[in-house]
Amino acid sequence: MSDTIEKVSIIVSKGSLEGVYPALIMANGARAEGIDANLFFTFFGLDVVHRSRIDHIKVATVGNPGLHLATMAGGLPGVSSVMTHYLEKKMEKLDIPPIPEFVEMIADTGAGIYACKASVDLFELTEDDLVEQVMGIITVGEFYEMAAGGEIIFT
Amino acid sequence: MPVVTYAGTEVKVNDEGFFENPGQWTEAMAPEIARAQGIEELTEPHWQVIKFMRTEYAEKGTGPTVRVLGKTSGVTVKELYQLFPKGPAKIAAKIAGIPKPRGCI
Repeated sequence: MSDTIEKVSIIVSKGSLEGVYPALIMANGARAEGIDANLFFTFFGLDVVHRSRIDHIKVATVGNPGLHLATMAGGLPGVSSVMTHYLEKKMEKLDIPPIPEFVEMIADTGAGIYACKASVDLFELTEDDLVEQVMGIITVGEFYEMAAGGEIIFT
Repeated sequence: MPVVTYAGTEVKVNDEGFFENPGQWTEAMAPEIARAQGIEELTEPHWQVIKFMRTEYAEKGTGPTVRVLGKTSGVTVKELYQLFPKGPAKIAAKIAGIPKPRGCI
């Protein structure tokens, strides 16, 4: 095994803000280091490449102990939006792009962006529901072919 | 600390090949550093990015991230990756003789 990473394939299965950003940062960061990168969006991760949902990815305020917020409070209407807005403001200051811009930028770096066929079928979506950066709706087998010889990261 | 010779002048670089002292850099050194990074010829847009890196470093003390480069250097993110396939911010910083930018974005 070589001591450098040549390729990473990152699976995004979560549709929450905190579930999505790490994967996007890792994919973008890989390209910035000259490492090939693929992103594979599956299950609720599909929201990130869903035209009408990409602008509305929110922080999970329930069932998220890291937020240090009482579960009852986290479940109140609007709390998730307020928290998301707060985090987005903080990220903007740190030069972290909003998710739609980030997906566009990652596509421009030459990374591959794919949607999982099983999930697309499950949610009864078509290619038209997905953002233009998606290069294809692929099966798990095709994903493995693409990921061959590199690292696979599941988030 | 490694010492390498570019354009007939000895310069100190770190283990990754970035200049220890950006003041030692001259334009004449850039083509040689670029060739070592697999870029055979520095075209006009390459120079546009390299000069932008130098200016940003002089003003802010650190090189810009790819996002900043894409927004303000006049070269798009897509073009940046065509010009510097092994990572625009990193490779352009190396060719421009400034330290590696340390952002996560």
